[in-house]
Amino acid sequence: MLAVALLIAGLGAIAWWTGRTRAAALARVYDGRAHSLPAHHGWYVALWTIVPAVIVLAIWSNFTGGLIYQAVLASPEAAALPAAGMERATVLSEAYSLAIGATEQSFRPEASGIAPAYERAIAFYGWIGFGAALLIAFAGGAFAFTRLTPRFAARRRIERLVMAALRIASLIAVLTTLGIVLSLLFESLRFFSMVPVTEFLFGTHWSPQVAIRPDQAGSSGAFGSIPLFWGTVFIGAIIAMIVAIPLGLMSAIYLTQYAHRSARTWLKPALEILAGVPTVVYGYFAALTVAPLVRDFGLALGIPASSESALAAGLVMGVMIIPFVSSMADDSIAAVPQAMRDGSLAMGATRSETIRKVLIPAALPGVVGGVLLAVSRAIGETMIVVMAAGLAANLTANPFASVTTVTTQIVQLLTGDQEFDSPKTLAAFALGLTLFLMTLALNIYALRVVKKYREAYE
Amino acid sequence: MDMETTLAPKMTAANVNVFYGDKRAIEDVSIDVSREHVTAFIGPSGCGKSTFLRTLNRMNDTIANARVEGLIELDGEDIYGPAMEVEQLRARVGMVFQKPNPFPKSIYENVAYGPRIHGFAAGKVELDAMVERALVRAGLWEEVKDRLSESGTALSGGQQQRLCIARAIAVDPEVILMDEPCSALDPIATAKIEELIHELRGRYAIVIVTHNMQQAARVSQRTAFFHLGVLVEYGETTEIFTNPRQKRTEDYITGRYG
Repeated sequence: MLAVALLIAGLGAIAWWTGRTRAAALARVYDGRAHSLPAHHGWYVALWTIVPAVIVLAIWSNFTGGLIYQAVLASPEAAALPAAGMERATVLSEAYSLAIGATEQSFRPEASGIAPAYERAIAFYGWIGFGAALLIAFAGGAFAFTRLTPRFAARRRIERLVMAALRIASLIAVLTTLGIVLSLLFESLRFFSMVPVTEFLFGTHWSPQVAIRPDQAGSSGAFGSIPLFWGTVFIGAIIAMIVAIPLGLMSAIYLTQYAHRSARTWLKPALEILAGVPTVVYGYFAALTVAPLVRDFGLALGIPASSESALAAGLVMGVMIIPFVSSMADDSIAAVPQAMRDGSLAMGATRSETIRKVLIPAALPGVVGGVLLAVSRAIGETMIVVMAAGLAANLTANPFASVTTVTTQIVQLLTGDQEFDSPKTLAAFALGLTLFLMTLALNIYALRVVKKYREAYE
Repeated sequence: MDMETTLAPKMTAANVNVFYGDKRAIEDVSIDVSREHVTAFIGPSGCGKSTFLRTLNRMNDTIANARVEGLIELDGEDIYGPAMEVEQLRARVGMVFQKPNPFPKSIYENVAYGPRIHGFAAGKVELDAMVERALVRAGLWEEVKDRLSESGTALSGGQQQRLCIARAIAVDPEVILMDEPCSALDPIATAKIEELIHELRGRYAIVIVTHNMQQAARVSQRTAFFHLGVLVEYGETTEIFTNPRQKRTEDYITGRYG
């Protein structure tokens, strides 16, 4: 494969040089002004050589898997294969590993018998692909070469290709999002065929056991997701925001309005470091340091407190979110025109009055947008809550109690060996989809708020 | 000279220097601002007229590396002295800016802003009266009395500027500083502001910075000509425009540079 890639690249280089030389030669004998530079022609020929060949190879490689499989099954060695599904698949995959040299020996003797058939098929289809790619490369290059004339608009064609490449690059991100939604959607639909949507959305009992034996205790699973979403909102949107909004906003005000320039140059990056701390480190901090403190504090108050609590996870998550709130608030306060500030100061208002009565109201939409984005970040956050919030799906408003969140449950449902046909596992996808839709809605709304606010000042 | 001009000046500046970092923007300016006249500061761009205006209510304090030397007095009190609170000073010396800058609040709230922060109104009734009086004086009342709760930023440019003037006079200042108040306005809106300046004269000491010499001639009784940070000439407006003593003033007002 690497050899093929190098060969095509080499052909491309030759094509570039040939096209360029040809164009230069044509331009010398032409007594008008050539449309494009020789290098444009070079690129034109090179791209016609490389791009179709690569596309053919890419398409071909998608088909070879199936073709090789068919060829192996049709080969005489395949007669020795076991008939049953799972065993047969194991042997085939071992034989494949042997054939491509990924393993030296196999556990099953049949595999080494099949391996030569695999080798033959791989080589056969490999050569076909290689030959086709080479042919296309030459054909493309020759086609482009014959089109070269001094008035040929190679420059514009290159430009068009660059635009197409950029468009594809940006589409990939969008298509990936779409792919994520679709994959979640299909698994979720399977889940909803086993558990009614209404039970999932409005049920208040979460206990996703599925019986392995019919007579097992607790054999009926309950999939009411309300406690999970309550836990998520309680930690991410309530406790974390109670921490993050005032601290983030006040630090933004200090940084934009009061801090001396020299203080600002080191305080702002220091604050942004918070955003770069891996969430698993926050998780340790929450579970090992904050959670025991919170428990002791709760017990001292005489409130039933557990060692894993919503408060511990929420507090640490709030700290993690501070940079998000602060940098959005910072931007929107800085975007309030200086004239507003001057207007207020010239009326004899003090700095804090100016901030309270003019700057913050004017910056509010931006601040709100920042907070919404922070909320959507917080409710999607996983590591801190996995480590510090607990697993008990309690529907409680006691911050000292253990609650669980959507992301924690997804981790629980999907960790370890799972069967992908039980509602227990599929529930993870339904949870993921619902969470995704929630954060998506929040993000869209937040971006709208921010945009509206930008328009107000432009 | 009539009786009034013999009264003590409202503000006096003596040997004022303003620095931005190491650069001296204003050199040794001494000037008296009259109580009952409109004083115009004219001069080419970058001559320091706005900088000097902003020393009169200490708005230069908000610029990190600006430094003011010399003595500036308001009714004999040193405005940079320890006994002067900058908030009190700015309530007494109001300011209107080059671009209208109403707050993104309602018309009412814009005008009520000053009385509210300084606690001038004892109650809603008194505050309403203050807002109305300021809007009447700024010549805006008839146009906005039925939509006081609408946003100040929704008004036209000229109305916004008169709203800013109303906002400034709502705290009943002694001096109003205007920094090129018409430069962002069309001729009709400009005429309205100039008319307003005529009406406000006598009630407030007014200092206006303008790059428009016709405007200075129309609205002011005293004119100061600044050039390169120096006060070149200061006197009766009619004198400055008809019979300047300095060659540089004459060159400027006859349009040789600027």
